[in-house]
Amino acid sequence: MNWQPSASLQALRARAELLANIRSFFAERDVLEVDTPIVAARGVTDPHLSNVTVKLCGDGLSQSEYFLQTSPEYAMKRLLAAGSGSIYQIAKVIRNDEVGPQHNPEFTMLEWYRLGFDEYQLMDEIDQLMCSLLGCKASKRVTYQDAFLTVTGCDPLTAQGIESLRCWLVKRDLGDWVKDEADPDTLLYLAMTHYIEPTLGQTEPTFIYNFPASQSALARIHPDDPRVARRFELYIDGVELANGFYELTDAMQQAQRFAADNSIRMKQGKPRALEDERLVAALQAGLPDCAGVALGLDRLLMLKLGASQISDVLAFPIERA
Amino acid sequence: MASYSTNEFKGGLKIMQDGEPCSILENEMVKPGKGQAFNRVKIRKLISGKVVEKTFKSGESVEAADVQEIELAYLYSDGEFWHFMNNETFEQIAADEAAVSDATKWLVEQDVCTLTLWDGKPINVTPPNFVELEITETDPGLKGDTQGTGGKPATLVTGAVVRVPLFVQTGEVVKVDTRNGEYVSRVQK
Repeated sequence: MNWQPSASLQALRARAELLANIRSFFAERDVLEVDTPIVAARGVTDPHLSNVTVKLCGDGLSQSEYFLQTSPEYAMKRLLAAGSGSIYQIAKVIRNDEVGPQHNPEFTMLEWYRLGFDEYQLMDEIDQLMCSLLGCKASKRVTYQDAFLTVTGCDPLTAQGIESLRCWLVKRDLGDWVKDEADPDTLLYLAMTHYIEPTLGQTEPTFIYNFPASQSALARIHPDDPRVARRFELYIDGVELANGFYELTDAMQQAQRFAADNSIRMKQGKPRALEDERLVAALQAGLPDCAGVALGLDRLLMLKLGASQISDVLAFPIERA
Repeated sequence: MASYSTNEFKGGLKIMQDGEPCSILENEMVKPGKGQAFNRVKIRKLISGKVVEKTFKSGESVEAADVQEIELAYLYSDGEFWHFMNNETFEQIAADEAAVSDATKWLVEQDVCTLTLWDGKPINVTPPNFVELEITETDPGLKGDTQGTGGKPATLVTGAVVRVPLFVQTGEVVKVDTRNGEYVSRVQK
């Protein structure tokens, strides 16, 4: 019987110290810590994510099945719309179908929103947080397009570039489906995860920004180039650590996005996900101008400690939970 | 036709790929921050023996390969086929040269081998880890050399050639590890 923690006591102390440092970083900047529900009435519509559901019973409940949150995003946006000001949360989130050396179904996410910031100001703040937590060098910023051009020589934003990327991928013999793949984003995700990500953040933390609009559901479209959206990701040592947006504040667009996600779900034979009307109502009331980011704290701790497996930084990963 | 979803992937699972049955050696989930996830797998092609890396879109289905492994005793070869028998049911199966390939040099009558069957037909024969075979030819060695420094080649009754210590002589039976083709010891007859 393996009752003992898989992380060393030293790793658990490092986790506590990391959380304390994050809390003081935000306290100094007057960002409010909040706590939103893990068990909620609605899940995500994102066809690539899957909620764990739980059954609850009790007199006053409006439904019997509830959703364990994959991210605190919707609830935090409702707080922003209610006038909370800049907020952060250290949240436990749960995602189905994610188990592996780098993935545990339940993990800790640091998510924060900054009023009046755009994505560049938020990247600056993330940079300061990383330097204070990891003692690393200042970051470098590369556009999504330049990252692709450097590694593959193909332009990810033109139809012609996607076709040359397809040829580039077919040569690597990953599977027969590549030559017939109809969705350009799937080809981009394939090249990104297999060939580009491993090269990123090797000498200093690297931000990739200006992602294709098609991959950036909740980000604003770039005013100078409608092919890209104001979304970024942070990479250190080839690991994707954070994902952020200059947030979409348009309720109508959000509702359309939910509907589009559900039509993809239908095509994939997945059940329709109920749309979060409370989020849409909050956006209708008005989300203030803000930028937001989610950062995986377990991965951050792995980087800090040089751990290769997520179980090295969790007291009890799912196999021992 | 039977199939597996990528979320059933694990080491040892048998799938069809490039028209050939394959065994999954390693399976890794690759997930972007948002968007389509992939299963990156290392597979061994069971006929050619090649090990290749393939990537599947997570959530897709892949055709299953009807592959099973059974233990059978080697009987004899008629030159074209190698015949094996199930010691319990006495059922016999013949494997062709492509299936037996390198295993021919380690086949000893009555030894129990592992046969890999695809749709009921043998595609691979794995001999036992250790076999005992007689030396048919080797140079006379120096008496007194018991260290086996360097050694010398010896041809075994099946045609296999292994390096043996100098003191081992023609007509003796030796134990050989079939996984690396190395001499283990002499066997007292």
